[in-house]
Amino acid sequence: MSHEAAPPVLSDVAPDSTEFIAAVAARELAGKRRIFAGVGLPTLAVDLARRTIDPSIELVYESGICGAHPDSLAEGIADPVLVSGAESVISMQALFGYVLQGGHVDVGFVGAAQLDRWGSLNTSVIGPWDSPTVRLPGSGGAAEIVANAHECVVVLRRHDPGALPEQLDYCTSPSPVRARDEDPSMVPAGYGVSTAITPLAVLRRPGRFSEFEISQVHPGVSIADVTAATGWPIRVAADVTETPRPTVEDVRLLRDEIDTVRLYLR
Amino acid sequence: MAGTVPLDVRQEQDDHLPRPITSETSTSKIIDLSQAIGSFVADDMTVALEGFGHLIPFAAAHEIIRQGRQRLTLCRMTPDLLADQMIAANAVSRLVASFFASGSAGSLHEVRRRIEHSDPAPLEIEEYSHYGMVCRYQAGAARLPFFPLRSYAGSDLPRANPRIRKVNDPYGGPDIYVVPPLNPDVTIIHAQRADTTGNVQMWGIVGAQQEAAYAARKVIVTVEEIVTNDVVRSDPNRTLLPAHAVDAVVLCPGGAHPSYAQGYYDRDNAFYREWTAVSRDGSAVLSWLDQWVHGIDDRAAYLDQLGSSRWNGLAVEPWMSSPVNFGRGRTQPGMEHA
Repeated sequence: MSHEAAPPVLSDVAPDSTEFIAAVAARELAGKRRIFAGVGLPTLAVDLARRTIDPSIELVYESGICGAHPDSLAEGIADPVLVSGAESVISMQALFGYVLQGGHVDVGFVGAAQLDRWGSLNTSVIGPWDSPTVRLPGSGGAAEIVANAHECVVVLRRHDPGALPEQLDYCTSPSPVRARDEDPSMVPAGYGVSTAITPLAVLRRPGRFSEFEISQVHPGVSIADVTAATGWPIRVAADVTETPRPTVEDVRLLRDEIDTVRLYLR
Repeated sequence: MAGTVPLDVRQEQDDHLPRPITSETSTSKIIDLSQAIGSFVADDMTVALEGFGHLIPFAAAHEIIRQGRQRLTLCRMTPDLLADQMIAANAVSRLVASFFASGSAGSLHEVRRRIEHSDPAPLEIEEYSHYGMVCRYQAGAARLPFFPLRSYAGSDLPRANPRIRKVNDPYGGPDIYVVPPLNPDVTIIHAQRADTTGNVQMWGIVGAQQEAAYAARKVIVTVEEIVTNDVVRSDPNRTLLPAHAVDAVVLCPGGAHPSYAQGYYDRDNAFYREWTAVSRDGSAVLSWLDQWVHGIDDRAAYLDQLGSSRWNGLAVEPWMSSPVNFGRGRTQPGMEHA
């Protein structure tokens, strides 16, 4: 194999596109071993990561699957393509109790409607819980993933003060900060959300009890754009960089091999 | 913060009764679906229909609708389009659940109409996380007073649901949240196969069905096929529900469509995507129920209406597991094998 391989050709796909966000999300999985993938865009991103970053990534799904080897895109976390040829299929008590709460998951990968400055998530309601304007899916396994995975990566489909508010309408999955506010002895084992990927930027929390900082801005986006679109006065990392673009091959894989039915891509 | 109807947190205390011992396991438990629903499911009951994306008991849900059951409390971790259909049919007044969406395919608009606008009627919600629901079934199955889990510290879930409680650790650790047992009047599941005595074998995603079945007073299992007791006993680890845990076995091929039965037929993904559009329009949902539930007699008629080309399109290639050797420790005197 040549060490003089040409640099990959970069795609000009828009930074707020699903292709861009999925490719950025997939790169976050480099060096991680066991990934717990939630419903939606995370399913797309882990599929891309398995093809482009590291084929040995072990995919764990809340339906009880550990070590999935899907040969096509899973339409949801209980798709039979995740079962056929998997390393293991266990009960949900074993999956949530032993695998997740037992501390075996490196990265939890979830989506959210709202994210606060410490990485607490709302996936339940917009408006009050007992008379919501919009009823969202609720926790599913998210409350468990955020509490128990070593760290979590969150993908947001919007970056505006509604999606990143000063205060959540409802907290489904609390950060360690919020758990500590309730009772310092009850803070769960996980770091909480380490990284948030949005249509504008990559945000990171430098410590378990820290606030998010702007870590990367997507091409064509300024730090001021991100600050203006965030519902709290967000901190800025000392060394903000531009988010690397996906490669043409990333985008081809997503469109022509992974999501051929346009389940997640538009 | 609470549901639209105040919850009596002790409502289910009398559910700690031991399960009656089922004395006969040698008699056939096979009955037809209308008989099973007619005998075991009554108005106002708490009914669990479980199956996590796989082996979802759609045929049984449709029979409940067809028989006009009302005011059920439906327990289902993921009230997907099965719940949308039962709720639209006015079979359900209360939902105990942990994820309100149709997998990756989108919103459940019938559920949302009722929660967001009380249109055409309100729907009471008792909400947990997935592991909270699993632990409720686990406590119910083992007749425990509650089950602890390391979720909910800092979450709004306990504020919205007074049944999620925090207790002291009697061994001196930090406080921990607990959930109460869930003991349905009836649990209904779908499985790949059973024998006539009620030994139920399942494979692929098995979710929380074992816990949900043991938690219930009565258990109905619909199956793709009935096999002999010899087939069951050739692979006893696959029997997730021994016959003593099962009250009725219903032969119901295709009973999980549009979900799937691992090794029998694939998930009808197009159906899930199409449902989102149907679900947006309350009158379209009612027309759908007329055509696919009220207008037909049973699952066989449903599959006929679906058509052989769509059904055959869900066929799967065989992928057999390797047999395992259970061995025989000892041969009886005079019965040595050659």
